[in-house]
Amino acid sequence: MTGLLSLRGISKRFSNTPVLRDVALQIAEGEFLTILGESGSGKTTLLRIISGFERPDTGEVWMGTQRIDTLAPNRRDVNTVFQHYALFPHLSVFENVAYGLRAHRVPENEIKSRVEAALAQVNMTAFTSRRPTALSGGQQQRVALARALVNRPRVLLLDEPLSALDANLRRQMQSELKTLQRDVGITFIFVTHDQEEAMTLSDRIALLRSGELEQVSTPRDLYNHPQTEYAATFVGQTNLLRDGSQLLSLRPEHIRITTRDTVAGANVVRLKGTLRRQTFNGPTDLLEIECENGLKLTVRAPNQPARPSEIWLEWTRDAAVPIKPSCTHERTAG
Amino acid sequence: MYSRAYSRLVTIPPLLWVTLFLLIPYLFLFCFSFWQVHAQVIVHSWTLSNYGQLFHNPIYLQVLLRSIRIAASVTLLALCLGVPLAYYVSFRSGTAKNLLYQLVIIPLWVSYLVRAYAWKTILGSNGVLNTLLQYTHLAQHAIGFLLYSPFAVVLTLTHIYTPFAFLPIYASLEHIPRNLIEASQDLGASRSRTFWKVIFPLALPGIVAGATFAFVLSLGDFLAPLLLGGPSGIMISNIVVSLFGAAYDWPLGAAVAVVMLIFVMALIASTERLERKLSFT
Repeated sequence: MTGLLSLRGISKRFSNTPVLRDVALQIAEGEFLTILGESGSGKTTLLRIISGFERPDTGEVWMGTQRIDTLAPNRRDVNTVFQHYALFPHLSVFENVAYGLRAHRVPENEIKSRVEAALAQVNMTAFTSRRPTALSGGQQQRVALARALVNRPRVLLLDEPLSALDANLRRQMQSELKTLQRDVGITFIFVTHDQEEAMTLSDRIALLRSGELEQVSTPRDLYNHPQTEYAATFVGQTNLLRDGSQLLSLRPEHIRITTRDTVAGANVVRLKGTLRRQTFNGPTDLLEIECENGLKLTVRAPNQPARPSEIWLEWTRDAAVPIKPSCTHERTAG
Repeated sequence: MYSRAYSRLVTIPPLLWVTLFLLIPYLFLFCFSFWQVHAQVIVHSWTLSNYGQLFHNPIYLQVLLRSIRIAASVTLLALCLGVPLAYYVSFRSGTAKNLLYQLVIIPLWVSYLVRAYAWKTILGSNGVLNTLLQYTHLAQHAIGFLLYSPFAVVLTLTHIYTPFAFLPIYASLEHIPRNLIEASQDLGASRSRTFWKVIFPLALPGIVAGATFAFVLSLGDFLAPLLLGGPSGIMISNIVVSLFGAAYDWPLGAAVAVVMLIFVMALIASTERLERKLSFT
């Protein structure tokens, strides 16, 4: 993969509050990268620096061999799908999608074929002459996608585009979005606060925390090998263990429930505990168990209506991943 | 929820007000327009002769046309000033937004009369403007047409009614979601393209409302033509005033007023319909 977009030492303050601190990130051609973070982590600001609606205080944005952070938004080869779609209410679906092509003075016959192709790509051909206000949220979402993609940008930015949709439609749009991205082969930079969405969609996740990049890795790597306490707790659930001075992260599903008589292997930790609480979670139950040594653990197990209160637990030592502790003065997400 | 008795009680004062000060006077006006004056006495005999006179005597139509011309000029000028001003205040003024908005509004606190008189001192033969022009030798003699002319009326009315045009335009600009402007730029449109393709069409209902304000208010104006219009700048309201005053022909004055009223109401109804048709939110 070749580097397409390069963020170099980006910092930004709003009235003396630092929003981004020395963010450096390389994004490859055709990659689906998600910027994941809580609200206030600076993820939208980072996106707006790429689209050109904010200027970084320090740092540079490069696309290929061209520096773009000095260019106006309309001169960048980047398009955005806005959080609330931002469709033009006075224009039909067709004219909304044609807007960028007309701005670039594309010939009329080419406009027609490209708009139709873009609308076909998002299954909105039947709505060509409708006004955006006559469309549902999901349909508006598709039009917004078509309007951005029809310009064949080198990078497509998506600012929490699915946050306004209900859960089922959201899942459907997630899979459509992923398919679409594979088909068009355009680099997607997707901003979200939803870690599940980030894991489902992305090739890589850039976890942003208070304006700094906490970890950049594949979803699998981020989940299985979080480098910091923050990464481990923000993405999925985890148990924090201490082994001497070393902090460890142990995922609830890596703890097995076993019986008193099982013989522990060489690399296995065995503990006896008391079941304090059991939460039904669909396919699995979440168990809160207090161990004999005072340790409280969350365990994920296949769902089962009744369990004995005395429970034996075990896990392999490798399952507990060493992590760096978070600075104590900063808030950690649960 | 309020009780029914309470709801009825609070609707009584406005209803009373509308009936006493609007409906009944309009009814009087309407009746008067069908009566006649005989030997300095108003006779309550029903006739259409007042309306006949309006359409046969060319002076009324002439003044009405002039009034429409003046009002149209004022509207055009008020839009030429009001649209860019509202655009600037709404989109480009940054932190000075509230201050600029107040500066546009403040002239409305000054009495209309004072502002009209101010123009008199500026435009007169010994006024500020003529003195300046002669002092700088740009003009040899005092320029006469500055004052007591349709020009003076248009100038004064534009000054007075531009804020009225500004307000609805500004309000409609403020209602345009800012992410639409960003979307337009994001799709590659320049600033001027964004203005003409997004901002202007979305502000059109406000522009129509502002134009209606400027047109209707200046069409019915009578102080500016009285103070600054001179004989050539007389407008239709001056005719109504003189018919009700010196001429003592209330029925004919009422007929002119009724025609004006119908004309303005039809205009407002059609611009309102236009505004609804142009509105997308």
